[in-house]
Amino acid sequence: MTPELLSTYAADIDNIILLVAVLTGFWFVAAEGVFFWLIWRFRAKPGVKSEYLVGNERHVMKWITWSHGLVLICDVFIVIGAVQVWYNVKQRLPEADSTIRVIGQQWAWTFQHPGADNQLDTPDDIFTVDDLHVEVDRTYHFVLESRDVLHSFSVPVFRIKQDAIPGRAITGWFEATGTGEHDVQCAEICGIGHGVMAARIHIEDSGQHAAWISSASAAQ
Amino acid sequence: MAHTAVAHQHVDHHAHEHHGPQGILKYIWSTDHKMIAMQYLFTGMFMAVVGGYMAYVFRMQLAFPGISVPGFGQVSPGEYNALVTNHGSIMIFWVAMPVLIAAFGNYLIPLMIGADDMVFPRINRLSYQIFLASALLLLASLFVQGGGFGGAWTSYPPLSAVGEYNQTDLGSSMWLGAVALEFVAFLLGGINFITTLMNARAPGMKAYDIPLVCWMIVIASILFMLSVGPLIAGAAMLFFDQTIGTGFYDPARGGDPVLWQHLFWFFGHPEVYVVLLPAIGITIDIIATFARKKVFGYKLMLYTTVATGVLSFFVWAHHQFIAGIDPRMANVFMVTTLLISVPIAELCFVIIATLYGGSIRLATPMLWALAFMAEFLIGGVTGIFLGASGADIYFHDTYFVLAHFHYTFFPIAIIGSFAAFTYWFPKMFGKMMSDTLGKIHFWGTIIPFNFIFIPLFVLGIGGQHRRIYNYEHFPELAGADMYQLRRIATYALLVMLAFQLVFFYNCIMSWWKGKAAGKNPWQSNTLEWTTESPPPHGNWPEGLPNVYRGPYEYSHPDREEDYWPQNEPG
Repeated sequence: MTPELLSTYAADIDNIILLVAVLTGFWFVAAEGVFFWLIWRFRAKPGVKSEYLVGNERHVMKWITWSHGLVLICDVFIVIGAVQVWYNVKQRLPEADSTIRVIGQQWAWTFQHPGADNQLDTPDDIFTVDDLHVEVDRTYHFVLESRDVLHSFSVPVFRIKQDAIPGRAITGWFEATGTGEHDVQCAEICGIGHGVMAARIHIEDSGQHAAWISSASAAQ
Repeated sequence: MAHTAVAHQHVDHHAHEHHGPQGILKYIWSTDHKMIAMQYLFTGMFMAVVGGYMAYVFRMQLAFPGISVPGFGQVSPGEYNALVTNHGSIMIFWVAMPVLIAAFGNYLIPLMIGADDMVFPRINRLSYQIFLASALLLLASLFVQGGGFGGAWTSYPPLSAVGEYNQTDLGSSMWLGAVALEFVAFLLGGINFITTLMNARAPGMKAYDIPLVCWMIVIASILFMLSVGPLIAGAAMLFFDQTIGTGFYDPARGGDPVLWQHLFWFFGHPEVYVVLLPAIGITIDIIATFARKKVFGYKLMLYTTVATGVLSFFVWAHHQFIAGIDPRMANVFMVTTLLISVPIAELCFVIIATLYGGSIRLATPMLWALAFMAEFLIGGVTGIFLGASGADIYFHDTYFVLAHFHYTFFPIAIIGSFAAFTYWFPKMFGKMMSDTLGKIHFWGTIIPFNFIFIPLFVLGIGGQHRRIYNYEHFPELAGADMYQLRRIATYALLVMLAFQLVFFYNCIMSWWKGKAAGKNPWQSNTLEWTTESPPPHGNWPEGLPNVYRGPYEYSHPDREEDYWPQNEPG
């Protein structure tokens, strides 16, 4: 069910999700298990009165105190794991091989590719609407902008998502690890055309990508 | 806060019982807290039906894109956005808040603390009237030129601020005005709850003798009052941006759209606890009664709640991890967010521990209370995925988020309300509800509920993003397996909605010819069960009660009976 893993950090994101799933899954099963067991174990029986406990009995309290500490320890593990992933994906910006510009507007994505000279904002830049072309195994910076309202640049196979904000240029990065053609979404509601704001990402090997650049340059 | 008994403050009734309006006006202009509670309750129930109808329409569109939905017709993208936006707004602001806080707060606080009314009965009436105006304004906004507002209940600018972008010029302003009026109503109500709890308790009722549900509603009101100010300021700026073209959120003129998000979520996250706390209070009171047990750790519960409330002011930016805030901020807000799992887990443990050693009776209200706990746990643990910044990059704005918060809000607003309604129905209407019909309705709600939202978790994990009226433009989301899951959710919703008819039938039949309830059908300890059902105007025909002990003295070893009413001397 989950989309393919096609970026260098996609597996890291899936792994932190898995870590959280294991830890919270344990708590979920434990809590529900104890809960339903107590309901069954202490169901009303004729002639049996409830125990009168005020809340400081150690034989009950210890279960709360221990669980409490354990929740905190689990939180620490999750924080450490999540910060590592977050730092790698969002905070750090590795050296770029190429830079692209991604511009959201109601209701289309415009992609500005650097062209044959691999420099952005030069005359040979290639502009496309709703089709993003990238080369596999290269580190890209994307400069994300918006012309009107909020949009969110989301590529599920990369596990990346970033809101676009009018008036700002937000830089992020990705490196694809496999070729193919996949969905690009707008993940922030942007008006009545939000549902049609779909694009495709074409991840190509170096030969295909060079061929695309020359054909697209010729067409422009 | 007074720890000693506070002298009971007698509340002036303005003598309207004898000289006030007659006939139907008696109900409309009443200042009696019970009548105002009923007004809030029935308005909230009506709005729940509206919100449920909206869910039916857009779930039909999602399962069968493009069909003519019976009872609505074909759904356009603009209508779809308006439906999801107003469904969310209604369920939170016009269902959860009026039912859990206003209706049960109004009904229960004076009765449970032994007062004859709220301290400010006329402010209370004004609160409901403003609330009613806000509901009417919201409903009217759906029918104006351009249609209802469709920019999501979070109303992020610039989409919400500029008519050219949202194409619902009038609808957006009316939506915002309705929300602002609703806030005014709840500020007035909150003042009353807090003041009444502090000043009008029965003689002998100390701070730790107050039933937890009253504490919870009052703490929720305090949280609301502390958090809503920034949002009202933000809403005023948004209103000016919409109507007179100011540029508070327009970057081209020095504004910043992200400012709204900070103001909104500074309110929005505490708001989750504003509605959660009353539901927890209801749950713990019902569990204590039907397990015949003292609440395990009353003070622990109270202090933990306060801690949760304080922490809830420091977590708001976890809604904005990928919204363009400084990425370093995400680390700070993740730590505070995960810290909140500690007090919330504590609250759950206390509730679970209260069952230990009990004598548990599974009457309908108890089933609802237990279901709250069982289902809310799912909402709780799935929240950790979203609080962990690294995982949120993928899950943000997917159906995983949607399923997560429905697993918190449904237990709160729907399960919590049904728990309270079935538990206090005998007091409110003087009749017992049918337990058999109650259980049919319970299972007919709980089982389909899980079949609605578990498929939506799976869709979210599959990358399905939110607020899309038709997934045909996204090849990876348009597969047959995905449509299968969407249809399961829709079918389950239809089943759940159908079972609500059992509830309405049960209400009407029980009210009409149900068995008389008597004063205390559940053999409960708290003060509302010591007066008549329903209580007359002024609440205490035999005089104001005196309080001798805490609210949870069930199964005390010194006593034959397994309950010990708070007002019984000895």
